[in-house]
Amino acid sequence: MSADLAIRVEALRKSYGTHDAVAGIDLAVEQGEVFALLGPNGAGKTTTVEILEGHRDRTSGSVQVLGHDPAKHERAFMERVGIVLQTTGVDRYLTVREAVQQFAGYYPHPLPVGEVLAVVGLEEERDTRVRRLSGGQQRRLDVAIGLAGDPDLLFLDEPTTGFDPTARRQAWEMVRNLRTLGKTVFLTTHYLDEAEQLADRVAVIAGGRVIAEGTPQDLIAAQPETTIAFRLPAGVALPPEVASALDAPVQEADGWLRLQVPNPTAPLFALTHWATEAHIDLGDLTVTRPSLEDVYLSLTGTTAEAEQAAPQPRRGRSRR
Amino acid sequence: MSTFGLILHQVRYEWRSFWRNPAAAFFGAIFPLIFLVIFNLVFGNNEISIPGGTTHASTFYVPAIAAMAVVNSCFTGLAMNAAVSRDLGILKRMRGTPLPAWAYLLAKIIQMSLVALLIVAIVVVAGLLFFGVTLQPRMLPAFVLTVLLGSATFSALGLAVTALVPNADAAPPVVNGIALPLLFISDVFVRSTSAPGWLSTVANIFPIRHLSLALQTAFNPFEAGNGFDASHLLVLAIWLVVGAALGRRFFSWEPRR
Repeated sequence: MSADLAIRVEALRKSYGTHDAVAGIDLAVEQGEVFALLGPNGAGKTTTVEILEGHRDRTSGSVQVLGHDPAKHERAFMERVGIVLQTTGVDRYLTVREAVQQFAGYYPHPLPVGEVLAVVGLEEERDTRVRRLSGGQQRRLDVAIGLAGDPDLLFLDEPTTGFDPTARRQAWEMVRNLRTLGKTVFLTTHYLDEAEQLADRVAVIAGGRVIAEGTPQDLIAAQPETTIAFRLPAGVALPPEVASALDAPVQEADGWLRLQVPNPTAPLFALTHWATEAHIDLGDLTVTRPSLEDVYLSLTGTTAEAEQAAPQPRRGRSRR
Repeated sequence: MSTFGLILHQVRYEWRSFWRNPAAAFFGAIFPLIFLVIFNLVFGNNEISIPGGTTHASTFYVPAIAAMAVVNSCFTGLAMNAAVSRDLGILKRMRGTPLPAWAYLLAKIIQMSLVALLIVAIVVVAGLLFFGVTLQPRMLPAFVLTVLLGSATFSALGLAVTALVPNADAAPPVVNGIALPLLFISDVFVRSTSAPGWLSTVANIFPIRHLSLALQTAFNPFEAGNGFDASHLLVLAIWLVVGAALGRRFFSWEPRR
């Protein structure tokens, strides 16, 4: 096995009764990269990350995290990872600084508390009691505590769920700061833009299986279709000879005409040549490359209904 | 950092956090004092004769209330606190740090024992100052050791009992359902004179009566010797081992819903 990998997972399976929450997945995460496990609710993300953290036992498969088997809960392993759970709490009566100091005290080489608070942007709240923090600030404190011991690997389980857009932007900035510290980050999210913004590589998980893996650009490139969309003025129809020159069937919906083509150059020429000749305005014409969202929806669309039918038991986020 | 240093670090933060919750700390500390006043108002503080001489009734009230305070803060209070921490995800987060599980539990037991010692000290000082109670200096080591052993025992049992508590909402009925009946049959509130023999046997199996009686021995001004009540202390020590073993085995870091 490669010693360079931060995380190596082979044929990981976790069953609850007859239900496979994780149905045999392989993952390889390089040191120093930000890796996102992306999937809809109930896809098996939290189950997977909690097995990697040592919080849950696996049913079968092999797992190596920083060269350790996390299920053994070895102290040498716990000293090198920082864990930010999806649902977690801190002693509410301590101040922000005290809470970070408390956790820093468990590690042999902790980061200076001031530095940790700077990374997560909680310097001004250092003397605020934990119970007085807003939801977004508490989440940043969760990350600060995960960082307190200067871990080589940081787990972030849905770090921005429930955030407003501003708080999400701030949290993303924080994760980018982590990258500059050289940390390996293993992130789970059901937000595509989050994976696209933060991750070097993404594994898409649904129904307990990895259904796609690669850089965000790779995943997009794997979906080669470009969408051409336009509207025609009232009373104008697309002549059959033009339609047949467009390489793909034209679908009409809500007054829009759409077609998906591998290469837009020739169809665009056929379309605009006809429109120019006939003096027809195609003012709404758009040409769109697929987004990660399109890829994600096409990948997970078929499994989403199955997940609805058999949701994995999830714990709600407790009030603090 | 050495494991000893880790435990000390943990005790310091647990201690700090405990006193930061003003309502809980206040009532934990003042509750036994209120009992002492009420006992005096309701039952009086008459001179009573016991083998060796006469003393105030408060000489019996104070150790009984001290026993109640230990059970209340270490068993009931700690079990409820642990159930809430578990629901809030605090315990699960602790489990994801290098702090060993047993070190966390031991730190809780040490911290609560220190809290209980302080609470008992408040009642004892009030008894000495206002209710004519005496504590022989030669008995003081026995009294302190009994309080600490009792506190450690009930803290360990309080952590162990959380295994029977699925979530924080269920904690008060489960924990009180165990502690209150035992307090009543263990001669802490009232001395049972007409209770059937089997009830006394039940009380003798569980540790509350042994703590109360051991504290009374260390409080009796006419007791010869240094106040160590070996047989009762032995029962407490056995329950300490039982509680620690059960806690180590069954303590759960995540709530069941």
